[in-house]
Amino acid sequence: MNVHEFQAKSLFAQFGVPVPRGKEITSPEAATAWANELNTPVFVVKAQIHAGGRGKAGGVKITKDKNAVAGFAKELIGKTLVTHQTGPKGRQVHRLLMEEGANIAKELYLSILVDRDTGWPTFIASTEGGMEIEEVAAHTPEKIIKEAIDPAVGFQGHNGRNVAFALGLQNIEPAVINPFVKMLDNLYRLFMDKHAALVEINPLIITKEKTLIALDGKVSFDDNGLFKHEDVLKMRDLNEEEPLEIEATANNLNYVKLDGNIGCMVNGAGLAMATMDVIKLAGSEPANFLDVGGGATKETVAAGFRILLKDPNVKGIFINIFGGIVRCERIAHGVIEAAKEVKINVPLVVRLQGTNAEEGRKLLAESGLKLEVANDLWEAAQKIVGLTGKAA
Amino acid sequence: MLGGCAQYETRPGTLLEKEGEEKRRIVSILVNKNTRVVVQGITGKEGSFHATQCKAYGTKVVAGVTPGKAGQEVEGIPVFNTVADAVKKTEADTSLIFVPPPFCADAILEAADAGVKLVICITEGIPVNDMVKVKRALRGRDVRLIGPNCPGVITVDEAKIGIMPGFIHKKGVVGVVSRSGTLTYEAVHQLSTLGLGETTCVGIGGDPVNGTGFVDVLPLFEKDPETQAIVMIGEIGGDAEEKAAEFIKKHVKKPVVSFIAGITAPPGRRMGHAGAIISGGKGTATEKMKALESAGVTVVKNPAEIGNAVKKALGR
Repeated sequence: MNVHEFQAKSLFAQFGVPVPRGKEITSPEAATAWANELNTPVFVVKAQIHAGGRGKAGGVKITKDKNAVAGFAKELIGKTLVTHQTGPKGRQVHRLLMEEGANIAKELYLSILVDRDTGWPTFIASTEGGMEIEEVAAHTPEKIIKEAIDPAVGFQGHNGRNVAFALGLQNIEPAVINPFVKMLDNLYRLFMDKHAALVEINPLIITKEKTLIALDGKVSFDDNGLFKHEDVLKMRDLNEEEPLEIEATANNLNYVKLDGNIGCMVNGAGLAMATMDVIKLAGSEPANFLDVGGGATKETVAAGFRILLKDPNVKGIFINIFGGIVRCERIAHGVIEAAKEVKINVPLVVRLQGTNAEEGRKLLAESGLKLEVANDLWEAAQKIVGLTGKAA
Repeated sequence: MLGGCAQYETRPGTLLEKEGEEKRRIVSILVNKNTRVVVQGITGKEGSFHATQCKAYGTKVVAGVTPGKAGQEVEGIPVFNTVADAVKKTEADTSLIFVPPPFCADAILEAADAGVKLVICITEGIPVNDMVKVKRALRGRDVRLIGPNCPGVITVDEAKIGIMPGFIHKKGVVGVVSRSGTLTYEAVHQLSTLGLGETTCVGIGGDPVNGTGFVDVLPLFEKDPETQAIVMIGEIGGDAEEKAAEFIKKHVKKPVVSFIAGITAPPGRRMGHAGAIISGGKGTATEKMKALESAGVTVVKNPAEIGNAVKKALGR
């Protein structure tokens, strides 16, 4: 789960990581009121969407005139921002973060995540602040500093000093070395305590006043850890999510919307991905990823149908079930019942394999429903692509 | 000690000298006929169902654990309060875990503390940062963790320790290691139908931090005299497949056939499994396929072709 910059910064503040004075703003009037209260030489107004590249897309405004902030707020709220991370449709802005400006002397990059190779939380830092870290890693990998933290003992001072000196803070601004080490300690606690998946500060700035400030902030959370954190769950913004994905989550289905024409419904995540791949191989494009889980009951299949059919791009549906513990004839019953409940107006191919597959296929064939039955994965993929036409 | 602790590694030619039982060569990897299983979370819906299924397959399910329910039985399997009690009374050497995510890290560590040598964790949804601590705590100890978020391990006709449907398997010559569940069944079904069959199938799970990786299982198959070919099923996210490619290049002589799921997956989106995500442009299926191909692995683009590719690799 992702959160907004203003939410990330409120967490930073809670864990003692310095951030600019700022506030979430949802109206021009509130912007003016906060500008009067802030009373600072420079005001920064930032559109809040779950995507990077906001500055380039015109989503960040800087002004010395406190009378100008209301105009910026009016312009940005309701505007659709298209950045390299939003896709061509862009994201609509519903809220802003308005904060005081800072005197930047130097920009750094800092983040923490679990290194999947070692299984240890690892800080990543670079003197190339403000740049996309993937770009830095690709072109100047020597500028990437990594420091793994032993989860058995947690963050130690030397971990912080290793990063500080590797960044060359002793040459850039020695006064910030100790606050920097303290900041890493705080970020490690935030990362572990809140079950974060990524905490990123880009840029982390050294000000002309020789202080450190998290000028931007991004936090994403491990969905598996959310049950422990009601405060984090409250930060979820449904405006930032695909409506069909919200509906799927509510039905305990794992759904990701894609751009193709063939809707697919599969049991198991790996097989669901493989089914998408096979659709592509057969000459079309998948409309989605959908894992209905091991059960695949009438209810889950019906919910799956409803979600797939709400996607106007879907020209055909491919159900691919490998019956394991759950027997195929029960799944066939589920499909038949669900298909009666939900009006299906596109071609449907059902592939059943595994436990009692033959009985399941027989039930489907005799159901009177307009559908094609298949027993082999490749045969099924070719059938559905044949029925819906190849992608352009 | 009763005969045969969990075959922690392949031990070709190990002679079992259990009284009253024929001397027999143990050639399977990880689990076999003599593996003694304790099921943690046995009185839950999943736990009781699968404990029963495993037992029906012929697995020695000797004990179950649910705190506070000692003295009960599930399908004739005695239930204990702690894993330590279960191990003491039944000499269980392998644990199968169905405990819900909030208590699962604790359950894995309890098994390790009780002296179990192999822990197979089926549970999906354990917070990553909990697994980070568990993995660190198990480091250097004489215990192997498989999973979490995996279907388990089966040595065909000997022991099924997991949730996979037993009947699709057929005793044969192919070792299977995979990050996925149903996709593994798909591959197994093909291998069985073609008459190739399997030796042992290991589900390493779909989480970003897990106990056992491809590089841990590959050498076991390479050493196992029964295994003639290896099927490795990967997916997007992380670099376990790239690491496996490096290992295969240096150490694996047996033919390896691989499928990597998710060539059509968009970046930055989690595809069901917590670990199946392309982040920062890393972990794409294309990269993994390239790495494996350069290590001499036969990479199939079509998952329906896994079985045939193995057949061809074996010259059958």
